[in-house]
Amino acid sequence: MSTAPLLEANGIIKVLGSGAAEVRALKGINLDLVPGELTLMMGPSGSGKTTLLSILGCILSPTEGHLKIAGHSTEGLGPEGLADIRRQHIGFVFQAYNLVPTLTAIENVMLALDLRGASLGEQPDLAYKALKAVGLGHRIHAAPSKMSGGEKQRVAIARALAGSPSVILADEPTAALDSENGKQVMALLSEVAKDNSRAVLVVTHDHRTLSYADRLVRIEDGKIVGRSRRRLKSGHTADEGFGGGSSH
Amino acid sequence: MSMPAAAAQGQATGASEAHGVPKRRLPMVHKLAYKNLFHDKLSLLVTLIGIVFSVVLVAVQLSMYEGTERLVTSVIERAPADLWVVPLETKSFDDPFPLIGREKQALQSIPGVSKVNEMVVSFATWKRKSGGNTTVSIVGLDDLPHGRLPWDIEVGSAQDILRPSSIAIDAVYFKELGLKASNSDELLKPSEAINYKAEINGFQVTVTAVTHGIRSFTTVPYIFTSIANARALTDTAPEQANFIRVQVAEGSDLAAIKKQIEFRLPDRNVLTHEEFRTRNIDRWMFETGAGVGIIAGTLLGIIVGIVIVAQTLYSSTKDHLNEFATLRALGASAGYINKVILIQAVLSAVIGYVVGMALAILIVWIVKVTETELPMAMTPTLAGYLFALTVGMCVLASVGAIFKVIRIDPAAVFSR
Repeated sequence: MSTAPLLEANGIIKVLGSGAAEVRALKGINLDLVPGELTLMMGPSGSGKTTLLSILGCILSPTEGHLKIAGHSTEGLGPEGLADIRRQHIGFVFQAYNLVPTLTAIENVMLALDLRGASLGEQPDLAYKALKAVGLGHRIHAAPSKMSGGEKQRVAIARALAGSPSVILADEPTAALDSENGKQVMALLSEVAKDNSRAVLVVTHDHRTLSYADRLVRIEDGKIVGRSRRRLKSGHTADEGFGGGSSH
Repeated sequence: MSMPAAAAQGQATGASEAHGVPKRRLPMVHKLAYKNLFHDKLSLLVTLIGIVFSVVLVAVQLSMYEGTERLVTSVIERAPADLWVVPLETKSFDDPFPLIGREKQALQSIPGVSKVNEMVVSFATWKRKSGGNTTVSIVGLDDLPHGRLPWDIEVGSAQDILRPSSIAIDAVYFKELGLKASNSDELLKPSEAINYKAEINGFQVTVTAVTHGIRSFTTVPYIFTSIANARALTDTAPEQANFIRVQVAEGSDLAAIKKQIEFRLPDRNVLTHEEFRTRNIDRWMFETGAGVGIIAGTLLGIIVGIVIVAQTLYSSTKDHLNEFATLRALGASAGYINKVILIQAVLSAVIGYVVGMALAILIVWIVKVTETELPMAMTPTLAGYLFALTVGMCVLASVGAIFKVIRIDPAAVFSR
């Protein structure tokens, strides 16, 4: 199994605004995401989680620092270059699902496949497989407006998986879900992370999600203030600072 | 391999065929554009009404332009000629002056000239039997009965107007010329007009042929007759004409012959068929201002179309901004997103064009069957231009929406 990081962030600094309104949102973040792991990032509001997620997702560029996704450096890339990296290597899961409301479940997944260059002929089958894998093989023609929150988030996960990106970034994926649906979504993301060609990062406030994490990163005031890793072989949480949840 | 991993990496095996998986091959970019467009039906209806209104307005204006252009050039388009010899500064066929004279003999001696035809065209006074006069335009031809003028003869023949004092008139001008049955206000039928006696410039003439649909742009009725009759009626000398049509032998150098004629016949204008045609169009469409109104109407139609389509596309784009931001976050290139908007614009254009053209063709047909004096014509070429214009108009209208989308911040997907 290769443990070379799929995402490497070194010395990430992000300054927002200018002059008197200048804010240092991130103050030198170092973070690696390795394949086969689900990393949970927690922190209070305003700690810089979303800004960091935007940078790791190549949506924002850092003011300083280096970022590599699947071995590709993002340094000096313009908006289209960053879009190319996102398209090829990153799958997103959003808090508000962000499905296209005019398209059915399968069309939403096919849209992501289309962006990633899948041929017209293979798009329907690949999309179906992705939806079946998240337990929605029977809901492929459902419109987002006719789906529950849990179903929508599973479609979003299928969309993120379609095309097999190296890194999955999830922004508060359980925040809009009830307890049962939240568990199902986290179980699914945990399952996704077991693939040794992929790393998953989940940004969350939800302590119920801790049990699904292989690694926990705490961020406060633009800095990583704690890291801990579950000892996978022991089958229980042993690392200090990994509190708040139980193993599953 | 876990289930999601298998899903992500799975090959298209066709295993999903039984589950109603769509087999359509419509690219998603088209599908997204189509679904965005048809999602809000009220908004689409407003867009289509705007485009249809614009297409009908522009189509009617352009078909009037086309019809007017045909009217202005109707006689010269049917008169076979490679070159026209016309009096200096002649502005149009319908505004004739006499040539100096003896041109025909000079032209016949020029090598390469195969045929020379004189035309006498002159205004004259037609005396109505019911009283009063009206102006007519005598067109005297020297190639009767085998020439292409006059055309659409409904009653009689070109041979019939070769006889002394014989003329051909058009049925659409019966009212203007006062061709009514005795003791009645009812107009004569074309067949009843044969042998009708009339008076032109004090000479008695007999109607021996009736055409149907030969109008003049100036509304002055054309009276076709032989060149001898025309000279007699208009007091034109036997060696004089108003226009001379020249046909050159096959394979001859038209430009060289034109130069020779200009050298041999100074103080006249020698024009190619196309030059004379253009001169007529310029005269009536632009110098008189008749065409300016039509062009202004066309521009108005285009502007209305652009404004309505632009407003609706911009509004639709704003409504779908979150989706566009998501697409951008998922890695869609700016080109991909612009394509969605452009496809929406083109789809709107095609639907609006089909409905608008159907209405425009109906209007042109009604104008034709009711024989109003409105000159309108729709041709496949004009319809093609209109389609290009409609698509261009809608694409231009999408610029605002594209600018809006270009400025989308994909980071917005995290702030909702």
